[in-house]
Amino acid sequence: MKFSLFIGCTIPRRVQQYELSARAIFKKLDIHVEDIREFNCCGYPMRNIDFRAFVLFSARNLALAEKQGLNLMTLCKCCFGSLKKADYLMKNDVTLRNETNSILSREGLEYKGTLDVKHFLSVLFHDIGTSTLKERVTRSFKDLKIATHYGCHALRPSDIMQFDNPVSPVLFDQLVEVTGAKSVDWPLKLECCGAPLMGINNELSMDLTERKLTNGKESGADYLCVGCPWCQVQFDTVQEMVTSLRGTNHHLPSVLYPQLLGLVLGIKGEDLGIDMNQMDIRGLEGFLT
Amino acid sequence: MFFNIALYVSLAIFGLGMIYKISTWFWRSIGIDVSHISTSERVLAAIKGILQTVCSVKIFTIFKAFLLDVVLQIRVLKENFLRWLMHMLIYGGFTLLLLLHALDDFVTQPLFPDYASTLNPFMFLRDLLGLLVIIGMGIAIYRRMAMKIPRLKTNPMDRYAVIILAIIMFSGVLLEGIKITSYSKYQQMVEEYSDTDDEEELKALESFWVKEYDVVSPNAKGPFDEDILAQGAEIHEMSCAACHSRPGWAFTGYAVAKMTKPLAGALDRAHIMDILWYIHFLACFFGLAYLPFSKMFHIFASPISLLANAVMDKESSHRANIATRQVMELDACTHCGTCSRRCSVAVAFHKFGNMTILPSEKMVFLKEYIANKDVDDKTLKTIQLGAYLCTNCDRCTVVCPVGINLRDLWFNVKEEVIQKDHPLPLVLSPYSFYRGVDGQALDPEKYSIPLNGARRAIVDRCELISTPEKILTLTPVNRQFKGQVDLSSQGGTYSYCFSCENCTTVCPVVQNYENPEEVLSLLPHQIMRSLGLGLKDLALGSNMLWDCLTCYQCQEHCPQGVKVTDIFYELKNMAAKEIFPELGD
Repeated sequence: MKFSLFIGCTIPRRVQQYELSARAIFKKLDIHVEDIREFNCCGYPMRNIDFRAFVLFSARNLALAEKQGLNLMTLCKCCFGSLKKADYLMKNDVTLRNETNSILSREGLEYKGTLDVKHFLSVLFHDIGTSTLKERVTRSFKDLKIATHYGCHALRPSDIMQFDNPVSPVLFDQLVEVTGAKSVDWPLKLECCGAPLMGINNELSMDLTERKLTNGKESGADYLCVGCPWCQVQFDTVQEMVTSLRGTNHHLPSVLYPQLLGLVLGIKGEDLGIDMNQMDIRGLEGFLT
Repeated sequence: MFFNIALYVSLAIFGLGMIYKISTWFWRSIGIDVSHISTSERVLAAIKGILQTVCSVKIFTIFKAFLLDVVLQIRVLKENFLRWLMHMLIYGGFTLLLLLHALDDFVTQPLFPDYASTLNPFMFLRDLLGLLVIIGMGIAIYRRMAMKIPRLKTNPMDRYAVIILAIIMFSGVLLEGIKITSYSKYQQMVEEYSDTDDEEELKALESFWVKEYDVVSPNAKGPFDEDILAQGAEIHEMSCAACHSRPGWAFTGYAVAKMTKPLAGALDRAHIMDILWYIHFLACFFGLAYLPFSKMFHIFASPISLLANAVMDKESSHRANIATRQVMELDACTHCGTCSRRCSVAVAFHKFGNMTILPSEKMVFLKEYIANKDVDDKTLKTIQLGAYLCTNCDRCTVVCPVGINLRDLWFNVKEEVIQKDHPLPLVLSPYSFYRGVDGQALDPEKYSIPLNGARRAIVDRCELISTPEKILTLTPVNRQFKGQVDLSSQGGTYSYCFSCENCTTVCPVVQNYENPEEVLSLLPHQIMRSLGLGLKDLALGSNMLWDCLTCYQCQEHCPQGVKVTDIFYELKNMAAKEIFPELGD
């Protein structure tokens, strides 16, 4: 099983523990990845400004991965959403494809549309499978309640993303339950974390984050679990900002899925970057049996 | 005499230039919150910072950085072997040539009392070092001209650096070659060093040098008598051999001598040797005098940047020192283009044709901008787009071979250019994420200026939004606008809307407000209706567009398949281009 790994821009700058823990999981589960140094931004931030430029960004990455003959795996939900969307548009809009390919051809690249774009969680769920994961687990969480946060751009628009059922998804919950933790039901599970508005309308962005935090806490969760760097920054760094700016202390730390899974696969906390989160998540280890 | 005057003039210009350039580090600045730090405060902070570092354990970090990053250039090696080889050949070769050859009176002579420039191993080494530099330059030219490395830009300053170096190196090699065959040079040496005045003996010596040392003489031409040669060899042993190795050891010059031998007599009579000598030392002096103002200033600034990079960071370093460092870093930049090769958004350059999107070209722009910040409207917009179109992925900072902290530099540059009068729509996109997360230190009032400015600029173009009391005229419908929306397959889906308001009901942003219309001006379903009615002002001017999370709840829940979120994206694109036409079509 081999993929080209798409790290994106947010992880190396702000959530390095995501890459660290994901690579530890790859190693443990024999998932081979190739790093393509020429990859660029997926184009997500460009979507507000120029749609065709965004498609060019994504298409270049797709063309680079295609050149290696590998399917592409992302760790970020927004990269996933953007690459999938661009892939869809490039397949269905001939004018756009020709225009984009003519720019790419200056670098000797061409988008052909022959690869699959997958998110890390999809790979774990579909390509590895929960039964295999259960076999590999050496430890287990007990009495740990986790609120799964799916991330908008993986779920919707569902006709293009094909990640899971957009109204009642189960993929992430089942992955979490592999670890022995309980995935709690919570009404705002499928809502946005607020990150897309950070920097544009901070108050609104923090309002939405707070709503989710309050709701998760009320639903009995000990931790949030995410599979996207933007969501992680929002629930980690921005949650601390909310506490200092607004004085509301929700204290619902967020853990990245590979960190959670890594602990039950017997990987050491430091190899999963447990200490690199802004909010302390070392308490997780207390739930291990 | 002329030589000395030229030397002192160039040294004086060099010295004054260095003082001027280094002084700019302390009185120029980038960014809005550092401009008030005075020069004296910055000088004092720098002295204090340097003393504190030198007197602490950090000195070991400095030593390590000096050895690995400055001397061995490990950062360049990590990036690319060929580049590392190129730079090591040029900088290693040239430094040694400077010490052993140009400064021989001050370095080589005191170290080796038997030194003579015509004697091995010095003669051979000089040629070897020269060859190394020339190979390095060859690689440099090959990389810049032939390799077609994506986004590697070559500007006049890069060309100057190669050209001045080429003139120095090639004039040196040619000079040496011509000297070997030169009869006048031979005569000069005979006058200075030979112990005999005897005609016969001198003739024998000349014959020997013509035969064995490639001198081209107008009088003595071979073949020579064995006896005469033997006599010449004897005199040679006594007068010359102690200070002059065989010319073949100066192998680059020797090659030139062999090639130019048929013309040697004419070249000698035309005083080509003197001309080459002037070219050689004048090029050296010009390079020296112009060094502080050229790319070559990086010889001084880049090591300082690397050492500063090893011990400075945003959290613990004094703000004044960070301000000083950022100006110094502009001089440290060698325009090597590594950042632009690795840049996450470099591909946008192909779309917008804006050079300043590329980090290396932004540095070129900033070098000029920092000296004169009074830029025209067009230039301002260019740098606004170039600076803000950046995902803050840190790659440029990680790969920079001279350790420039581009991350912090960009933060200040962005802040400075978006605070200017002209509104930039890019601030209303996730490109602003860094500002939300890292911008806590910014003045809250200043923080919102670019955001409000961009929103206001859009609203100002949408009369119906700013004057809600105005009565709508339903005819004629703005067909041009409708045509634009209908153009895309997703845009056209608004016409399926039957106003069930599902989109508005599921929108988490709408739910966040007691009175959403007051804050958002139009709700999602109302925007869809405005499109149906061709009301451009209402569709493009509402706050809802920029407060949209793009979470796709509306689109997912639309029973009619209206691509609500994607239509929002398209409307945002249109609004952005209305206030910033430089984004193009």
